[in-house]
Amino acid sequence: MNSLVKTAALVGTDAVAEAMRQINPDVVAAYPITPQTAIVETFSQMVADGQVKTHMIAVESEHSAMSATIGAASSGVRAMTCTSSQGLAYMWELLYVASGLRLPIVMPNVNRSLSAPINIHCDHGDSMGARDSGWIQLFSENAQEAYDNTIQALRIAEHPDVKLPVMVLLDGFIISHSIDRLDLQDDTSIQNFIGVRKPAFSVLDAKSPTSVGTFDSLYGYFFEFKRQQEEGMANAIKVIQEVGKEYGELSGRPYGLFETVGMDDAEYAIIATGSAAGTIRTEVEKLRSKGIPVGMIKLRSFRPFPAAQLANLLSGLKAVAVFDRSSTFAGNTGGPIFIELRSSLYEMEKKPQIINFVYGLGGRDLSIELITKAADELLEIKQNGFAQPYVNYLGLRE
Amino acid sequence: MSTNLKNLVKKPQILSGGHRLCAGCGAPIAVRQVLMGMPDDAKIVVACPTGCLEVSTTIYPYTSWNCSYIHSAFENAAATLSGVETAYRSLKDQGQIDEDYRFIVFGGDGGTYDIGFQSLSGVLERGHRLIYVCYNNEAYMNTGIQRSGATIKGTWTTTSPHGSNSYGKKENQKNLTAIAAAHNVPYVAQGSISHWKDLVRKAQKAFAADGPVFLNVLSPCHRGWRFPMEKTVEIAKLAVQTCMWPLYEVENGEWKLTTKVRDKKPIEEYLKPQGRFGHLFKKNPEVIEAIQENVDQEWEKLLQLCGEK
Repeated sequence: MNSLVKTAALVGTDAVAEAMRQINPDVVAAYPITPQTAIVETFSQMVADGQVKTHMIAVESEHSAMSATIGAASSGVRAMTCTSSQGLAYMWELLYVASGLRLPIVMPNVNRSLSAPINIHCDHGDSMGARDSGWIQLFSENAQEAYDNTIQALRIAEHPDVKLPVMVLLDGFIISHSIDRLDLQDDTSIQNFIGVRKPAFSVLDAKSPTSVGTFDSLYGYFFEFKRQQEEGMANAIKVIQEVGKEYGELSGRPYGLFETVGMDDAEYAIIATGSAAGTIRTEVEKLRSKGIPVGMIKLRSFRPFPAAQLANLLSGLKAVAVFDRSSTFAGNTGGPIFIELRSSLYEMEKKPQIINFVYGLGGRDLSIELITKAADELLEIKQNGFAQPYVNYLGLRE
Repeated sequence: MSTNLKNLVKKPQILSGGHRLCAGCGAPIAVRQVLMGMPDDAKIVVACPTGCLEVSTTIYPYTSWNCSYIHSAFENAAATLSGVETAYRSLKDQGQIDEDYRFIVFGGDGGTYDIGFQSLSGVLERGHRLIYVCYNNEAYMNTGIQRSGATIKGTWTTTSPHGSNSYGKKENQKNLTAIAAAHNVPYVAQGSISHWKDLVRKAQKAFAADGPVFLNVLSPCHRGWRFPMEKTVEIAKLAVQTCMWPLYEVENGEWKLTTKVRDKKPIEEYLKPQGRFGHLFKKNPEVIEAIQENVDQEWEKLLQLCGEK
């Protein structure tokens, strides 16, 4: 560890704002929405107090927030925005523009359910809906990870083999509005870590005027562009791990595509994302102390989806439980992580049984008791048996 | 600043020839006249919302723009360019850019009056130093002639067709120039491609203004308006002469008529040569009267605002 550390007690939104202060972006365009608002409030104060060089655009909508961020990022500067829920939904078409133009925009999204009914609390339905928009998506378990992810996101986004926007995800209220203890690196080492942006193009390059966002039709190169975009996302698998390792050398907190607990000799596994991983870890440790061979995988990178890495890790296990904080509404076929993980296991010779727990929609609490109940169901699946029903709704009143 | 034609034609063409807009299209005429008002030593970034001008000037891997250009979507050209303008101010403050850059949107009426209205209003309110030019052809022409908030009453379009129960569009157009002026920005003006000197002078003022500018430029579309392609400028001129499209400016809150119309021509002279109004002459003469009434009322209001009465 070669970076000075300051220990702080911050809510998740302030942890993200602190990361943004240290990144010191040239332009931030943002709009208020619960529970993200606290980020834009704290950051606005930092601008007002001259703590950053950032030019802030207090836009009239999230649609314009993403549009202005696209404009700024196309001008070669570091540009950021942040949002939640309906705000992310309102940005939708521009999410595809940002990734299609290969702009390294970093956007914290404080996960909140989507209307209707209107609900301000956490689930992952907002960002999961954007899972095919070409953005890298990194989940955070707590304020520390939200801070660390925001800083690493910049390096991942700007990596020449990637050149894709990154969404940093943190659970609404559970992380965003809870005070957490975290370690902050010093400003200089963060600036050294992120370095200087070297844009691939800029509309403000007077020596080389450029047309950005041009029209590409039937006889053009659309398919080729999209194929390259897929390649950028595939490259991110390696880059996320490299950047996570380098960040670990700086901070003592290394990061990968996912984190594992007790997977070396596990026969059963639980896979989850976000704040729920903390609660699940407690249950897994309890079961371990009783001698039950259960492990946990905390998925950090949902996009890119580490399909091969997860399949290798889970091959040969008896059964796996997948926790999803959103639903796909495909007709009881499971949440998005479940569907993708199940598909990833298809080619494995030794497939584990797999069971899905959809939980926590609209902020419904995930208690230890519910996790114990889910773990009991997982352990009951016999090696050659079948998880039935394989999609379960945990904590649902029915 | 000069509007001497000999000097203006010597200016470099920023929108080069070879673009794919229709012969007789008003849009490139509007673009070229406005860009003639640009200071010689300035650089520009152009933004277009989705529309005719966008699809016809930037067919990858070609571009007709001898300057930087950006398109991101339909309703957000103003917001997108506000991001570029802010990035420029940031780089200026950091001493990382020396050039004098100006920022200009060229958007059709669909992308301006309707779907891009919020984005435009936000930019005008926030005070970005950029020029928004609406090349107004009074309908969605890129998708094939659909009514917009700029379409005038009685107009045939494919989504306001005339039929046994319809005389075409039922509503009057919205007065977007006045709405833009209500944002209290430094400069707002209405121009027409038929009055190049007036438009170039307005563009010069637009480039000189220290804040947001809105220029609403009548740019006839012969495909949608149904007239012979060589009549584009003539039709635009008739819009001015009938007071259908008055030429005025609002400079720091001061309303001024820039082209006085002494012998206002009857509206029929403007409507008659255009196929989009043909049905009114055959079936709905009362709508022509209603259009005339609206033109007269708006003209009287404008004369008062401009201190001409």
